[in-house]
Amino acid sequence: MKSSFFMMLFFLLLGTQVFAANPEVSDSEEAIAAGKSIFNANCRSCHRLDQKNVGPALRGVTDRHSIDWTKSFIRNSQVLIASGDAEAVAIYNEYNQLVMPAHEFLSDDDLMNLLAYIEYGDKADATAAAEGGGGVAASGGGGIPSEYLTIILGVLVVVLLLILVVLGLIISVLTKYLKSQSLEEDDKEFLSQKFDFKKLVRSDAFLIIITALVIALVAKTALDELYTVGVQQGYAPKQPIAFSHQLHAGQYEMECQYCHTGVEIGKSANIPSANICMNCHMHIQNVGGKDGISPEIAKIYAAVDNNQPIEWVRVHNLPDLSYFNHAQHVAVGGLECQTCHGPIEEMEVVYQHSSLTMGWCIDCHRQTDIRADGNEYYDKLVQLHSGSKNSLKVKDIGGLECAKCHY
Amino acid sequence: MKENKKTYWKGLEELTNEESFVKNADREFPEGPSNLDGSSRRDFLKLMGFSLAAASLAACEAPVRKAIPYVNKPVDINPSIPNYYASTFASGGDYASIVVKTREGRPIKIDGNDLSPISQGGVSAIVEASVLSLYDKQRLSDPMMNGEKVEWAALDAEIKSKLMAAGNVKIVTNTILSPSTEKALDAFAAAFGDAEVITYDAVSSYGITKGAETSYGEAILPTYHFDKASVIVSFGADFLGTWISPIEFAKQYSKGRKISKDKPYMSRHFQFESNLSLTGANADYRTPIRASQSGLAVLALYNAIAKKAGASTVTGAAVEIDYLDKAANELWANRGKSLVVSGSNDPNVQIVINAINDLLGNNGSTVDFSTPSYFRKGDDSKMNQFTADLKAGRVGGVIFYNCNPVYDYVKGADIAEGVSKAKVSLATNATLDETASLCQYVAPDHHFLESWNDFNPRKGHYSLSQPTISPLFNTRQAQESFLIWAGNDTNYYDFLQDNWRTTLFESQLEISGFQEFWDRSLFNGVYAMPSEPTALSGAADVSAAASAIARVYKAENSSDELVVYTKVGIGNGTFANNPWLQEMSDPISKATWDNYLTVSQSWAADNGVKMFEGATRKARITVGEKSVLVPVLVQPGQAKGTFGLALGYGRTKAGRVANGVGVNAYELLNNANGFTAFELTEGVSIQLTDDTYKIAQTQTHQTYMGRDFVIQEATLGEYKENPSAGRDFPKVYKDGEFVKPSKISLWKGHKYSQHHWGLAIDMNSCIGCGACTIACQVENNVSVVGKQEVLNRREMAWIRIDRYYSSPEGASSNKELEQAADNPEVIFQPMMCQHCNNAPCETVCPVAATTHSSEGLNQMTYNRCIGTRYCANNCPYKVRRFNWFKYHDNKEFAAVNVAQNDDLGKMVLNPDVTVRARGVIEKCSMCVQRIQAGKLTAKKEGRKVEDGDINTACATACPTDAIVFGDMNNPESKITKLLQIEDQGDAASKEVNEERAYHVLEYLNVNPNVWYFTKIRNKDKSEA
Repeated sequence: MKSSFFMMLFFLLLGTQVFAANPEVSDSEEAIAAGKSIFNANCRSCHRLDQKNVGPALRGVTDRHSIDWTKSFIRNSQVLIASGDAEAVAIYNEYNQLVMPAHEFLSDDDLMNLLAYIEYGDKADATAAAEGGGGVAASGGGGIPSEYLTIILGVLVVVLLLILVVLGLIISVLTKYLKSQSLEEDDKEFLSQKFDFKKLVRSDAFLIIITALVIALVAKTALDELYTVGVQQGYAPKQPIAFSHQLHAGQYEMECQYCHTGVEIGKSANIPSANICMNCHMHIQNVGGKDGISPEIAKIYAAVDNNQPIEWVRVHNLPDLSYFNHAQHVAVGGLECQTCHGPIEEMEVVYQHSSLTMGWCIDCHRQTDIRADGNEYYDKLVQLHSGSKNSLKVKDIGGLECAKCHY
Repeated sequence: MKENKKTYWKGLEELTNEESFVKNADREFPEGPSNLDGSSRRDFLKLMGFSLAAASLAACEAPVRKAIPYVNKPVDINPSIPNYYASTFASGGDYASIVVKTREGRPIKIDGNDLSPISQGGVSAIVEASVLSLYDKQRLSDPMMNGEKVEWAALDAEIKSKLMAAGNVKIVTNTILSPSTEKALDAFAAAFGDAEVITYDAVSSYGITKGAETSYGEAILPTYHFDKASVIVSFGADFLGTWISPIEFAKQYSKGRKISKDKPYMSRHFQFESNLSLTGANADYRTPIRASQSGLAVLALYNAIAKKAGASTVTGAAVEIDYLDKAANELWANRGKSLVVSGSNDPNVQIVINAINDLLGNNGSTVDFSTPSYFRKGDDSKMNQFTADLKAGRVGGVIFYNCNPVYDYVKGADIAEGVSKAKVSLATNATLDETASLCQYVAPDHHFLESWNDFNPRKGHYSLSQPTISPLFNTRQAQESFLIWAGNDTNYYDFLQDNWRTTLFESQLEISGFQEFWDRSLFNGVYAMPSEPTALSGAADVSAAASAIARVYKAENSSDELVVYTKVGIGNGTFANNPWLQEMSDPISKATWDNYLTVSQSWAADNGVKMFEGATRKARITVGEKSVLVPVLVQPGQAKGTFGLALGYGRTKAGRVANGVGVNAYELLNNANGFTAFELTEGVSIQLTDDTYKIAQTQTHQTYMGRDFVIQEATLGEYKENPSAGRDFPKVYKDGEFVKPSKISLWKGHKYSQHHWGLAIDMNSCIGCGACTIACQVENNVSVVGKQEVLNRREMAWIRIDRYYSSPEGASSNKELEQAADNPEVIFQPMMCQHCNNAPCETVCPVAATTHSSEGLNQMTYNRCIGTRYCANNCPYKVRRFNWFKYHDNKEFAAVNVAQNDDLGKMVLNPDVTVRARGVIEKCSMCVQRIQAGKLTAKKEGRKVEDGDINTACATACPTDAIVFGDMNNPESKITKLLQIEDQGDAASKEVNEERAYHVLEYLNVNPNVWYFTKIRNKDKSEA
């Protein structure tokens, strides 16, 4: 209960901040939407709305500074700093004299839209972020966590054992009772019959069953093993730089495409070249606001200084005989990176999430719908398929054919 | 059905139908598997067991693979996305405007540049293959001084001081098309006391330039317009294969040869020649003549025309030459739109040719001397003088600018002797070839794909070449070297730009900024500037030339005659170290990896030579004091009494691919009459020896076993009467009637709902040049297998050009055989996987490694193939090839298959196509990688695939547009219109309305997606 009280307090505070925005800033949906795309394209790699990142949290900026000042700071902060503007110099110094790139190409309208988004956009994000803390605590009550399952299973086993014991007791009681009665010879013989374990073991049927079981087990294991030959699922090699996707893609929510530039245009997603790292690491020299240069980040500087490329270890290795194109799957098919690469934003060290076997590819091609909306290429196929009651899958347009991947 | 049934044959073995041939021919792979290491089948089984276990064990430890990104990624290079750059191929005067495809900064493919009015998007086999020469290990990695590697600075200092001291500097070069290079050489020449530039061409056209000088006062080549000519007469000029600018001429020629119901006429082509050339093979009327008569034949034509024109005739010995009168009549009837050319290097003959064209009013229409071409600037007499000076030690310093006269000049031996007498000898050649290896200094030039340069192949036409890769080695552009030695430190790029700024940019008004002008020219690759026609003066004095001809040529000559020619693949030998070209089967003889003496069938019969599957004997050619031993090849169509021998072979220092292949025919030439003579009519003797030899010919490897109607043809007259003339319409008996084969099928048939890819091949346009075969090899990483494996019938080509000879009937007696082979008709048929809709290969594969796609493609899955070869045996077209060996990373093939063996060579591989392993079948995929890429682009842009978005390598390369690729489901596509396909929904079996279109072996009803158009010959009547 205490936590929810603090949460409400936090919310109230947040609320006051939000409503303190300069009234000149529009809160219309269009302005916010337009501002969001500008924000994502230009600001997001360094700024968050409600969280301090490389740069300050932005919400409420029009309350803290005048709109004109904010605009000129965004356009070219260096000019402002050079002119000796006190506010600008203060921010500059507070953030380790990181240079914010100029955005002189943004029009006045763009800037107002941007500010609209900064002040009124994505409040849900903030709420969610705020609720996140409570969410974990609350999850204790709902659902059945796995450890309880084990306990339930254990109890079940105990109950079954008890039943067994009870049954045994019943048998012995009944036997004793029967022995005390007068019985016919046949029944007596049956009653005194001993369970012959040896005979059972030596029986043909038993031997055949056991042999068959063993053979089946060995064969199954062997086949399973053979199928994993060359499959590197879970492969997580040590990389020359301890780069964390958890930090970049998870915590800082950087878009995958920011670094993997080829993913929508070509076959390879591209491992980012060092100059892409330098876009941010020109300014960010250490993690978590620590001083000095992180030894891992220093490796990027070394690569750039010595003009020596970084030799990353390839995690996902398809054999040469199969052709795979990222653009087809991401740009055309609209797949999320996580569909194949797994929870990449949680990976401290990247591992191969999927098996990358042909069966895995084919399965997906059988189940996945074509993203045909608005793509004229598929018009004819959609039209021809319209009579069918199933949706148009990849397999329906030749997605299982050999020469789609092998040539 | 045809009334006058011809017999078609690929080789003499097939014509005579010998028992041993028949026995061998029905086996797809005539010889059993051979072993490199001599292990047996048992060993194989043991090894198989072991390797399974080993593979499972080895697989536990997957090799660590690296992914290495750029440090600084260039903006316009994205891995897996190709970039295209307009550039120019030029080797001496051989010219083509090209577009270079690069992947990750490596040039991997060359296509033609459609914007060029000269090469018009066409390429030749040599141009296609030249990308591999960039990655030639033989190239020099550093400058050399007296056989030692040195730094450029040291070399420059040495050369500057030594050259100045030496005096009398001569620069020897092949034709230079580049105005900026000439300017750089001028700067160099000025710095070293008027150093003289001596130009020669390995295959000289001095006769034409000298002839033009005599006739019109300018030593130039004219511009020819074969497309404007209704009647073409050629005396030994192989203008479709090797003569001057064959890509351009092939483009033009094919325009006049295309035929349809809307345009039911075509040019008529007469050819008078000794060797059967590619051009002769395409002629409507071809007459084999002796080289000694060639000049007289030209005179006879002149006289015939002069009589009609009322001009004075000249005296010349009468010669009896078939079709010459007919040619004269038709030329006269087509005055102003006919064309007479001669391949002779004799200026006197060319003067008479000029006179003939003048009489016919062709000068200015089909032969244009007022728009000079600069493809050949060689001056045989100056070069001869230089050679004498060099030999006598009168030359102070000699610089060989990217030329190799020791090998390819008629007096190469004299030059070799003279080089050491010069105080300074220097070569800019890229390799240590025959000439460079004799020089004190070598300052290696960049490859043309690493260079900036400009070209001026014709008056008013300019083009640029730009680097498509950083220099691979420590080489330097030769022009820059010349500038540095002249004391000018401008780099050549700036020099070039300055030259364009002051000349071309200044003389145009259209674009105001130089940068824009430059960028646009560079983007287009070509720039055309309107220019004034060159003024000509005077007319040819025929009588002097005629009397000279009458002295030299003879109507009767009893001695042997040697006619030296160039092959389409190897050319003058500059690119001999390119294994793709060495293994390209010659369009006519179908021979690979050799040159040989082509002999007539009658000579072979007289001397008891009988070729079988390339097995032959050697003959000794003696010309004056020189003599060489060469294998003989019986060549149908070879003029009696003449023999042919190709240039470009017998290299000794070209590199490991070319060294020792064939013999050097340049050594046999002479320039006794003041020009390099390629026809030797005196003092030649040919002696057959007992040495046996095997020539690796591919001609009979994939035979159809006497199946009919592979070739369907008609004459123009027949076509005009009936557009389906020559077509065969097979019928199959079913339920009491005869029906089309397609009416009977076991299969339900495929449905092609989206695309239906197909090829339409016009056999009237195909000239057999083989550019498509090399384009396919480059695009699809097709292995080179080497001579021995070609002899074993294991060449890997995905597309081959079947060359058929035809004669009226099958020959039974020796006499008939001779007649049939005397002067056969020739026809070319490109043959690749036919992508059958009822594919026989698909049904027999036990592992379903070859399957059908929903777009009409017959797919081949290498990783599933286990190599039973059932498919190849069941293929009626014999287009499936089997990998008998691992051709990549295998030292046994390292010397020939360089593109898949050394690290440098591998840079040319197409990363989108798998390099096949041992033991699998491969075949034409209809460039499925290009189809997939084109579809993906359309999908990304959210649109349909447009016609022209996707094209196969063969169709792109074809200089005559004989191959058309497209989607037969797209009503707007070129192929749909060509075949006149009406909308038939998703049916796999399409009805076509074009009468000329047919399926090869239609009666089998395998229903291919490749259509052929009947060959139409412009002959009066059907004859062989």
